[in-house]
Amino acid sequence: MAEMSHTMTAFDEDMKFLAHKIAEMGGLAERMVENSIRALVKSDIPLAQKVITDDLLLDEAQATLDEKVVLIIAQRQPVASDLREVFSTIRIAGDLERVGDLAKNIAKRVVAISERGHSVALVRGIDHLGDLALAQLKEVLDAFGSRSVTRINMVRDRDDEIDAMYTSLFRELLTYMMEDPRNITTCTHLLFCAKNIERIGDHATNVAESVYYIVTGEHLSAYRPKEDKTHRIVVEQSDD
Amino acid sequence: MTDATAVTGASAEARRPFVSLLAQDDHTKRRNAAEARFKAYGLGAVIIGLFFLVVLFVSIIANGLPAFTRMVVQLDFTLTQEQFDDAESKLLKTGAYQAYFVEGFDKALSERGVEVEYDAAALDRLIGKVGSIMRDFYLANPDKLGEEVVFDLPTSSRVDGYFNGRLKREDVSDSRFLQVTDLDLADELHEAGIIKSDFNWTFITGTDSGVDNPGGAGIGASVIGSFFMMVVVLVLSLPIGVAASIYLEEFAPKNWFTDLIEVNISNLAAVPSIVFGILGLAVFIQFAGLPQSAPLVGGLVLTLMTLPTIIISTRASLKAVPPSIRDAALGVGASKMQSVFHHVLPLAMPGILTGTIIGLAQALGETAPLLLIGMVGFVARGYPDNFLTGFTEANSAMPAQIYTWAARADASFYEKAWGGIIVLLLFLMTMNIIAIILRRRFERRW
Amino acid sequence: MKTMQTEAAEARLGATMNAAKETKISARNVQVYYGDTHALRDVDVDLESRTVTAFIGPSGCGKSTFLRCLNRMNDTIDVARVEGEIKIDGEDIYDKQVDPVQLRAKVGMVFQKPNPFPKSIYDNIAYGPRIHGLARSKGDLDEIVERALRRGAIWEEVKDRLNAPGTGLSGGQQQRLCIARAVATEPEVLLMDEPCSALDPIATAKVEELIDELRENYTIVIVTHSMQQAARVSQRTAMFHLGELVEFGDTKTIFTNPSEKRTQDYITGRFG
Repeated sequence: MAEMSHTMTAFDEDMKFLAHKIAEMGGLAERMVENSIRALVKSDIPLAQKVITDDLLLDEAQATLDEKVVLIIAQRQPVASDLREVFSTIRIAGDLERVGDLAKNIAKRVVAISERGHSVALVRGIDHLGDLALAQLKEVLDAFGSRSVTRINMVRDRDDEIDAMYTSLFRELLTYMMEDPRNITTCTHLLFCAKNIERIGDHATNVAESVYYIVTGEHLSAYRPKEDKTHRIVVEQSDD
Repeated sequence: MTDATAVTGASAEARRPFVSLLAQDDHTKRRNAAEARFKAYGLGAVIIGLFFLVVLFVSIIANGLPAFTRMVVQLDFTLTQEQFDDAESKLLKTGAYQAYFVEGFDKALSERGVEVEYDAAALDRLIGKVGSIMRDFYLANPDKLGEEVVFDLPTSSRVDGYFNGRLKREDVSDSRFLQVTDLDLADELHEAGIIKSDFNWTFITGTDSGVDNPGGAGIGASVIGSFFMMVVVLVLSLPIGVAASIYLEEFAPKNWFTDLIEVNISNLAAVPSIVFGILGLAVFIQFAGLPQSAPLVGGLVLTLMTLPTIIISTRASLKAVPPSIRDAALGVGASKMQSVFHHVLPLAMPGILTGTIIGLAQALGETAPLLLIGMVGFVARGYPDNFLTGFTEANSAMPAQIYTWAARADASFYEKAWGGIIVLLLFLMTMNIIAIILRRRFERRW
Repeated sequence: MKTMQTEAAEARLGATMNAAKETKISARNVQVYYGDTHALRDVDVDLESRTVTAFIGPSGCGKSTFLRCLNRMNDTIDVARVEGEIKIDGEDIYDKQVDPVQLRAKVGMVFQKPNPFPKSIYDNIAYGPRIHGLARSKGDLDEIVERALRRGAIWEEVKDRLNAPGTGLSGGQQQRLCIARAVATEPEVLLMDEPCSALDPIATAKVEELIDELRENYTIVIVTHSMQQAARVSQRTAMFHLGELVEFGDTKTIFTNPSEKRTQDYITGRFG
């Protein structure tokens, strides 16, 4: 964004540091999500371990960023766009950290799932869901990097897509469990994984909203058809 | 960008050789030397100034102090009622008194066991004809008849000069004023305690005397003349000056007309005083018909001279009052006039007083314009009858009196001139002290 | 249905609140010239009663000039010329019949540098009421002085030394004394020209607290160079730049999401 620089150049440096740190965290979170899903699909336990250790890096990055933000508020008393940026940076960092936690949670489940083995059919849906969430994450991080809001609404629309897909995946997994109770363990884990991915999509949407707030100073209209609809799904025991 | 400068900055730091702060470099030394030289010049200037001041004061005091003392023939004398009546019945009354005096003088000499030869003419040259002095005294104080009265009879100016060293014995050539033998007589009388030194009250209280009587000359009348002039100057110039300054500084619109007035006031301050004298002569005496030589006219002329000084200094001190005070007053809803009279003027008062005193002091020392309007020294022949006539009766002023004395031939007038300067300075000092006291009272802690 | 009722109620409440905060000062098309310099151009603004309005902007932007128009302090500058219309309670203060002295009793002013008169604390406060004839007796005056000093939040500090010179107080106390002095003449509007620029943070905080309290009874306009101060004490903010009113709006909007780029750049420290 072609913005005039601060009279105090150190302030500019600080703000650059924040943006840089967010980009770093975003890249890390993105890779963790990608790796955790790959590990799940391929039952790659070492890769899953790597995701778990990577989370430490992400936590560390968030701690550094928090410290810097506190310092900036104390030293610079940011207002207007600076204030929005600093404030949103905290929120985005929180979201990304949560994304990392969710990826780690998926990675942890890889061990349990791979012990029992799983059919490719079961994880295909998860893989696809993961791709969608990843694309979302990539999109919002780009939006943050370029401070552009043109694609924000698209991100929100796509989150609906994820929710829809998650709902159908939920049904599918339920069906598997009813078919064969031995699937219950695996399917429950997969269900949680799917839920995690869906949550990642939600966090991506949150980031999109934060970016929108940074750029426009306004909050996106509160109403949006989010939430998965799985809470309304009732399984009826068929008699046949 | 920032990194780059930081790097070059660091390398520049590294390249710079170590310089000890304990040793001064050449540049610092030169600078300090220049400073020390300048201080020395300043101190030198002050010392030179002080030196001249000391020289001035020493010479004024050395030359002027003798004017405050005089040699007198002190004589206990008794005149009886019969002698008085006898003398008053004579045709040459003062001559009769003179004869009684010589009689008394002889008696005094023999009482003290002094044996000197003298003739009546020598006594005349020593103390002049004193018959008239004695007659005036007894006419004024008839109750003193028959009582013993101590007379202090001033010696002639030449004898006076002989005793205070102005006149050397070698320089005396016999004349009708003084003969060498008179000096022997004077010395003897001095030894006998008949001629002694005395404080010269006549100089303080007296009026100007004729050119042939320096001993009787006093500055008193001129002091009164100066006083009346100062009253006129103060009463006129302070209110006019302050009012003009306040108007110009606070109320007048800034346009070419006020600019013109301003320039002219500054120019007036630089006009030579003699020009004001001519102006006073033409306007006040010839046109307005005011009495010549009167302190009133002198005061008017000096007012013209003092006004620019007072206006300039008053305006400066009004300007020096911080505008925040004006803002404060206006801010609580004071009118322009209220803000000036309640706040600005009291704060400017010390400065105004200083300016006024400087103006008055200048006026007090001014001679040239007074000469032009006839306030020359010799008109100070008497005291005014009352306070009001003090303004209109012919009189002189101290500087004019001093000028007149200094111009006279008799050397003892020269001494009087110096003495007059001492009185003038005392007068000035009194005014300054009054000013300082007033300023203290008006000054507020800021 | 129910929600609609609440909304209507809220709307009514909002309407009454707006009525309580009617326009106190309204400026239309105000131009100020200093000689040939056009110092302030086309200022249109409505200042509400019982509200603190902050004027911000870089030095020389015209904010103090505009402030001084509001009680005609610019009249004291010979070369200053004001055009346009400024109305207080609907009356044009630049009307020929308006006596600026009377106006200034209604529109009090506090200056950048604390400027107590070199008189006693009591006389500092009593001066305004005295010249306006607000007190009928010594007792009246004592009461006015005490009330003003209390409103100026300085009574407790000076009540035992009312005869001490006002200039002997600390900077912050002096400024509160000046505020008390301005309040003593019972003005309706208080203008403050950078009232805290010469004060330390504690004194500043006390003055700011005082401004916040005074808001209940006065219309306050404050010029400040401190963004934080404007953000802290004001409800409305006007941003001036190069003699123009750039933006005027709610302080919370100005400081989170200004609509003008110049405001944004100024308050975030990008120029000025």
